[in-house]
Amino acid sequence: MSLAPLALFLISATAVAYFIGYLRAFKIAKPLGGVRNLAALPTYYASMVSLWALIPGLIVLALWVALDGAVIESLVKASLPEEAKYLPADKLGLVLNQVALVAQGLGDISILGLEYQAAVERQMRLTQLSRDALPLLVGSIAIISLLIGLRSVTAAHNARYSVERLFNIALFLCSCIAILTTVGIVFSVMFESWQFFQLVPLSEFLFGTHWSPQIAIRADQAGASGSFGVLPLIVGTLLISAIALLIAVPVGLLSAIYLSEYASARVRNVVKPALEILAGVPTVVYGFFAALTVAPAIREVGDAARAWGAENGVVWLANLNVSSESALAAGMVMGIMIIPFVSSLSDDVINAVPQSLRDGSYGLGATQSETIKKVIFPAALPGIVGGILLAASRAIGETMIVVMAAGLAANLTVNPLEAVTTVTVQIVTLLVGDQEFDSAKTLAAFALGLFLFLITLALNIVALRVVKKYREQYE
Amino acid sequence: MSDRKDIALRRAESLQKRHAAETRFRWYGRAAISFGMLCIVFLFTDIFSKGAGAFQQTYIDMEIHFDPEVLGLTPQSTPAEIEQASFGSFFKKALRQQYPDLTSRKEKRQLYGLVTSDMPLTLRNQVMAEPSLIGTTKSIRMIADDDIDVYYKYSYGRDNEDGTSVGRATELQQSIVAELAQQGRIGTRFNNTFFTAADSREPELAGIKGAIVGSMLTLMITLIISFPIAVATAIYLEEFAPKNKLTDFIEVNINNLAAVPSVIFGLLGLAIFINFFGLPRSVPLVGGLVLSLMTLPTIIISSRAAIKAVPPSIRDAALGMGASKVQTVLHHVLPLALPGMLTGTIIGMAQALGETAPLLMIGMVAFIVDVPASVGDSATVLPVQIFLWSDSPERGFVEKTSAAIMVLLTFLIFMNSFAVWLRKRLERRW
Repeated sequence: MSLAPLALFLISATAVAYFIGYLRAFKIAKPLGGVRNLAALPTYYASMVSLWALIPGLIVLALWVALDGAVIESLVKASLPEEAKYLPADKLGLVLNQVALVAQGLGDISILGLEYQAAVERQMRLTQLSRDALPLLVGSIAIISLLIGLRSVTAAHNARYSVERLFNIALFLCSCIAILTTVGIVFSVMFESWQFFQLVPLSEFLFGTHWSPQIAIRADQAGASGSFGVLPLIVGTLLISAIALLIAVPVGLLSAIYLSEYASARVRNVVKPALEILAGVPTVVYGFFAALTVAPAIREVGDAARAWGAENGVVWLANLNVSSESALAAGMVMGIMIIPFVSSLSDDVINAVPQSLRDGSYGLGATQSETIKKVIFPAALPGIVGGILLAASRAIGETMIVVMAAGLAANLTVNPLEAVTTVTVQIVTLLVGDQEFDSAKTLAAFALGLFLFLITLALNIVALRVVKKYREQYE
Repeated sequence: MSDRKDIALRRAESLQKRHAAETRFRWYGRAAISFGMLCIVFLFTDIFSKGAGAFQQTYIDMEIHFDPEVLGLTPQSTPAEIEQASFGSFFKKALRQQYPDLTSRKEKRQLYGLVTSDMPLTLRNQVMAEPSLIGTTKSIRMIADDDIDVYYKYSYGRDNEDGTSVGRATELQQSIVAELAQQGRIGTRFNNTFFTAADSREPELAGIKGAIVGSMLTLMITLIISFPIAVATAIYLEEFAPKNKLTDFIEVNINNLAAVPSVIFGLLGLAIFINFFGLPRSVPLVGGLVLSLMTLPTIIISSRAAIKAVPPSIRDAALGMGASKVQTVLHHVLPLALPGMLTGTIIGMAQALGETAPLLMIGMVAFIVDVPASVGDSATVLPVQIFLWSDSPERGFVEKTSAAIMVLLTFLIFMNSFAVWLRKRLERRW
């Protein structure tokens, strides 16, 4: 059933109502001696009437669309043959689905059996009824409420109040979407994770050292259950994030210090936006760069080092083995991505350090670098730490770089030259493609999502606390 | 006496050390900045050097005789008959006629591999459009196969030191290419296909039109949903919200959403929009919904800043003239804050345009050969197309991937500079 004509009808009803309301306001104003004797401007009366025409119809339409499937289903259930009523929930759902398909003419009654004929007929009748009744109902409600709205177009009724109250409510509802989104995130990951922990105990998930989420095709296959120990993923995530921070923190911090303390305004005006470009590059581009340029380069360097080591008898170099999906490549490129993040956050806190501290230090004869190292840096430290925590949360949650450049196999290692996998990589690989919502493999992705959400949330809260606490000191 | 000299000497020494430390420290800063700059330069040149070639496509000119006997067609044939005719074998025969000395099966296969596998279909369409071609001989410009394309663009006529060539063109194919080049029948032209076709398994036929249209549709949904909601939220929080726990809670939520990893929004989209509401997979509608939830915090935060920047005197003046609170906001504050809001929205849209991970979750990674026509059609978006192509091993796709990245970056640079221009142009200093 297409909703477009109905929506179009509602919109045109709204427009017509506006027009009628406008005329009506002038009409009642005429005997009173003009528009200025009304409690509100004519446009407010017009808006009020059009809102009356729109909103009740819209609510009914939304409720109908949301509920009509469920109502029809429960009614059809009553006319199923006796033996079908006691089927388990998932089988029953399948049968009802087939009934709906047959009713739509997409299947033959023979797939169900003739005893289902009554249910199919009922389904057809009800669907037809719903299809016919909906436009009638919505149309009549829109017209009735339009008339109610018109009745309240009186000189004494201040239409502006009604319209503004509604406007306020609408604004409030819009701002609640932020809450709804958070609730949606929490519930969607919690619900599926809870199902996952029914299948895999929490202790195994948290402390297991083996991750191989394959689900067997046959039940008696070796390793049929798959194993879901999250430890290798955590180690991999931390390893890559640590490499990224090792690059981003010194580079970002030093450039922020140089730009805010040493650089001339001209240099700053060129370099700062240039560094910001790094933040605007999509992560998929970094991923491509990591996978096709950096990783092969690192591998080549590793191979050259191994050859050199073998020639010169340096044993550890001769045994060097660089994976083509090394953690180093993904970490380095991720580090480049986070540089502007660290530098702009550090820039903010360094600029927030009061000038009097610098002046005091210079007055005692300290050089500029001594002032920075011994006065400004300690004063800005909490803010910088907060910034680094935010950067860490960004690194942990980063997805595309690791999906494209890091490995899939979960190795429990801290060697940056080996391939490791991360939490985000596993979420993506478990969920891309078709999946059923009852297998442990799919649910595991949601458990990982919950884990990731909690970690990044905690990091953000701590970081914001630290930054906020520090800011209050100088204000 | 010697003591004082000693002290002076030591002081000079220590000063020297301290000044050396100062210089060193400055160099650390310069090194850090140069590193950042080098990264940018390296990233861009790497992508540019890999992708520039994709805007050129190799073509081969071949004389094709539309033999009525082989085709079993006459100029009077109906479209249905043309449809039935076996253009595949006709095309192979036509190629063999040009190179009669290639007899073995392997050689023939290499010959057919010179041009794209789509060629018989193209020929049929040409005949369909112009049945009078049958019985005549015409020079047809054909798109070269990706192996030949890569060889011709990167290896042909250049002396590689080790004698190897880029791509998988065989020696026989290389010699044919050399012969064609001498006759002036092979060359490169601007790659129209790249901008007019959707995805394909063959690099030489793959284009980004489908992905660009998909991105546009997705962004349209994102804009339609996120802009009004974000502006309404910003107005509420700045102008109307009472100072209470609920308002604080909304603010905390917005700030936290801004820092939630994007992949989590993908999980939300999968669980709520697809699994719970039963919306279809892989469609721009769901992609736009997810991205709008993601960009909401960005737009809200910048819109709030824009509202805050409107001086209170404006509000006081409007209220003093007898305007209601809502009238003040709608007639005075909002128009003045709009440029700032638009700037934030464009930046949010640029973010959404580059976003990949959440769209992978909701199934926008399917291989789709059609250009989507509506928000309910299966589609992919530009960054996801980049991701998909980057997985393909063919040399031809590496170049296409880089070229798609160049297009994406061009869009992003355009959007961001537009935002900067808008801010400079419309923003008022009070």
